Amino acid sequence: MKANRSQFKAAIAFLAPNFLGFLLFTAGPVLFSLGASFTNTNLQQTLPLRFNGIANYSELVRDKAFWLYLVNTLYMMLGLPFAMFGSLWLAVLLNRKLRGISIFRTLLYLPSFASGVAIMILWKALYNPDFGPINETLRHVFSVLNVHADTPQWLQSTHNMVGLDVEKVGLTPKQFGLGARDALILMGVWIAIGGNNMLLYLAALTNVPEELLEAAQLDGASSWRCFVSVTWPQLAPTTFFILVMSIIGGLQGGFETARVMTTGGPAGTTTTLAYFIYSLAFEQFRIGYASAVAWVLFAFVFVATLVNWRFGNRAANEM
Amino acid sequence: MNRRLGLGVKNGAVVFVLVVFAVSTLAPLLWMIFTSFKPLQDVEGGAIVPKSWHKENYSAVFQQVPFARYYMNSVFIAAWVTFLTCLTSAMGAFAFSRLEWKGRDALFRLYLATMMIPGVVTMIPNYTLMVKLHLLDSYTGLIVPSAFGAFGTFLLRQFMLTIPKALDEAATIDGAGYWNVFLDVVLPLARPGLIALAIFTFLGNYGSFYWPLILIKSESLRTLPVGMMYFDTTYGRQTNLLMAASVMSLLPPILLFLIGQKHLIKGIAFGAVKG
Repeated sequence: MKANRSQFKAAIAFLAPNFLGFLLFTAGPVLFSLGASFTNTNLQQTLPLRFNGIANYSELVRDKAFWLYLVNTLYMMLGLPFAMFGSLWLAVLLNRKLRGISIFRTLLYLPSFASGVAIMILWKALYNPDFGPINETLRHVFSVLNVHADTPQWLQSTHNMVGLDVEKVGLTPKQFGLGARDALILMGVWIAIGGNNMLLYLAALTNVPEELLEAAQLDGASSWRCFVSVTWPQLAPTTFFILVMSIIGGLQGGFETARVMTTGGPAGTTTTLAYFIYSLAFEQFRIGYASAVAWVLFAFVFVATLVNWRFGNRAANEM
Repeated sequence: MNRRLGLGVKNGAVVFVLVVFAVSTLAPLLWMIFTSFKPLQDVEGGAIVPKSWHKENYSAVFQQVPFARYYMNSVFIAAWVTFLTCLTSAMGAFAFSRLEWKGRDALFRLYLATMMIPGVVTMIPNYTLMVKLHLLDSYTGLIVPSAFGAFGTFLLRQFMLTIPKALDEAATIDGAGYWNVFLDVVLPLARPGLIALAIFTFLGNYGSFYWPLILIKSESLRTLPVGMMYFDTTYGRQTNLLMAASVMSLLPPILLFLIGQKHLIKGIAFGAVKG
């Protein structure tokens, strides 16, 4: 009993700085933000603070911009499967005992490690439609192949691979092509492909039981067949984890690229929910409305997390 | 013999694909380095490799913007946040993993739950709080709110759980208090976890963009990412100088990565597998 009390006292002492920070900068703000989302809080105008119920949320449902930016956010997540399967492919290639193979691992990890404003400024220059090296290479390729085609306008274009409309949620053939959103997707895949997900796959691959692979090989299975029937099912929990984490990240993504590379344009096509919240809160100072959008974003993330909790372990057990 | 030959061809194909991946990874980075040494008129068009190497581009960056100041601010802030995060996380993790007390696991679950909350949710109230405390545009405001992390507490708790409890008990029997157990037994054994957390935290804050962007008003407080963004929007046409600045801002993290690679990879696997 005495020991318990002394442990309790010690726990309070050890936890105090951490817990105070947690209350002040995490738990408190979460509650404050939920509260603010039901008010008209605005840092610029000195309106009398008013509780306005679900007004912010009903404004959001009617806000055309919100739906367009939601579509942008989802569209920009189209790169996730490419990045994921790319990481898997790389991990399979790197998972063998060849001399010097760790040099490749280090090289391929560099972009995700160094990612940030400097890398975004670099890609902004690479995508320059007139004298960036990407279009210069394309023009060179076109002239060698004798193709007469315009090079994409990249960050300056509202075009996209599925033909999303600019004005409203919908499709139009006029917008079909390569534009700013595709440029950001491509950059995202370049950054992510050799990053943490590849390391996770690499770690998971070393846990695939050797006997299973050998048994399959003895039965005369080709290496592709071995991969599909043995390795891939064994990797299912890792794939599921990476997929859910990527979706959670993707829903919250797009702020830095939009702020540094495009300021959300052209015509709002690279504005994601995260950048929308930034611009509402810190450019227009509409704290109340911005908080409501942030909580809707949180709701999406929460659903993805629930799916992870509900099915994550089951996927791991069944496979 | 045949089998061996087959393996050789297969390995050759693997290396070929890896080289293709490595080249597409490196090409943009090489372009950045080459461009950083070119005179401005050679940036657009012209050869990829500079005809003459203009090292003075690098010193020109320091003349155009207070780049040394950005460097110092970034390193200063990241170092403080790293030190404080490691301290508060290690102490908290000790309480969550080595001490028995009522409500421990419930509180830990609450910590975990907050990890899924998007950063923007807490960012807005934290900004309002900084406005109220008059901490906008101050080092304190840039450092303190980032110095407590549920992630660090989680990572180190998981790490400390793998350290045998018998060691604490032996030390306690020898008359050591909790503080001594923490400092002399648990911390030294948790060192790999601490190093991984320190590298993660340092890099995360060195490259941190959102919080400094909304908090900083005066130029003297700008960190590298914020300063680079303004450099890009103000002098966007000087691609060669921008690339020189990018190269310089990437050097510290790349060096840190090469030194700490082993610890980092362990930390990533640990955080995900045990999570």
